[in-house]
Amino acid sequence: MKLFIKFDINTICSLFLKEKLEQLNVDFDTLGFGEIQLKTNVSNEELDTIKKELVPFGFEVVENQKSVLVQKIKDAIIEMVFMDENENNLKSSVYLSEKLNHSYGYLSNVFSEVTYSSIENFIIIQKIERAKQLILIGEMSLTEIAFLLNYSSVAHLSTQFKNTTGITPSAFQRIIKKRRENLK
Amino acid sequence: MQKDALHILLADDDEDDRLFFKDAFDDIKVQTKVDFVHDGLQLMEHLNQPDVVLPDVLFLDLNMPKKTGKECLIEIKKTPHLRDLIIAIYSTSSSDEDIEDTFVQGANIYIKKPSDFNTLKKLINEVITLNWHYHTSGLNRDNFLLSLK
Repeated sequence: MKLFIKFDINTICSLFLKEKLEQLNVDFDTLGFGEIQLKTNVSNEELDTIKKELVPFGFEVVENQKSVLVQKIKDAIIEMVFMDENENNLKSSVYLSEKLNHSYGYLSNVFSEVTYSSIENFIIIQKIERAKQLILIGEMSLTEIAFLLNYSSVAHLSTQFKNTTGITPSAFQRIIKKRRENLK
Repeated sequence: MQKDALHILLADDDEDDRLFFKDAFDDIKVQTKVDFVHDGLQLMEHLNQPDVVLPDVLFLDLNMPKKTGKECLIEIKKTPHLRDLIIAIYSTSSSDEDIEDTFVQGANIYIKKPSDFNTLKKLINEVITLNWHYHTSGLNRDNFLLSLK
């Protein structure tokens, strides 16, 4: 006699994970599939045991939570820099910590740890990236670009451009133009 | 933190310079794997192998025997499967004309060869960190120009 069994993987996994963690005496809440919150602090050794015990059953603790957070930070920065208008008058530190629900200090540490550079530095890179695009589109003067990107003056933008790329905005414009002509 | 090493290819005919660079790469925080070629011909042969794993950044000395860095640069930019390589030119020249010229030919980075180790380390660190962002943050590589003197 044959029986056909239909099964729901989500239910199985959740139940199984629950059972395993209970066996390991872990007190936890399930925050939707794939994410659990430990209610008590566990030592690194205990965490290692938990990870090891779960592996044979096909569960793996995602190690790169920090990388995930860094990606979120980057996305938020890009969104902030590429937002049109000056809607966003918040300081970037306030903006980021409100958006990502972590203190700026924490975000800043994780970011530096993973990327070896600072959030401030990344914001500058993105602003200069946006300035490059706007320069190449050619519809705005440098003064207008400086204003759009919240620089206090054209000089400030030019200096930061030069510091970040090693070349001036006008040299940049000239080089890309020549390059495009070369390609024709 | 980052497990994947950044793959660097260095084309330089001078052995001392190669060692100098190697030590500098070993000293920075970002993990790198550095390979070498000794002249322009060897570089192009290497890049044109059918099963080549392209480097994340190519460091190219402008003055090399057999085929100069500039010739390699032009050739690379004309070759479809190599066109998108990130290329860092380094040279003893720091004239604005030379720099602009290599950028127009398609180089992304221009480094004035420093005479002391710490400056080299600092420059390389800057290049590699910025390069990481280009890898991981969807920045437009066509607009990637960096000149370090």
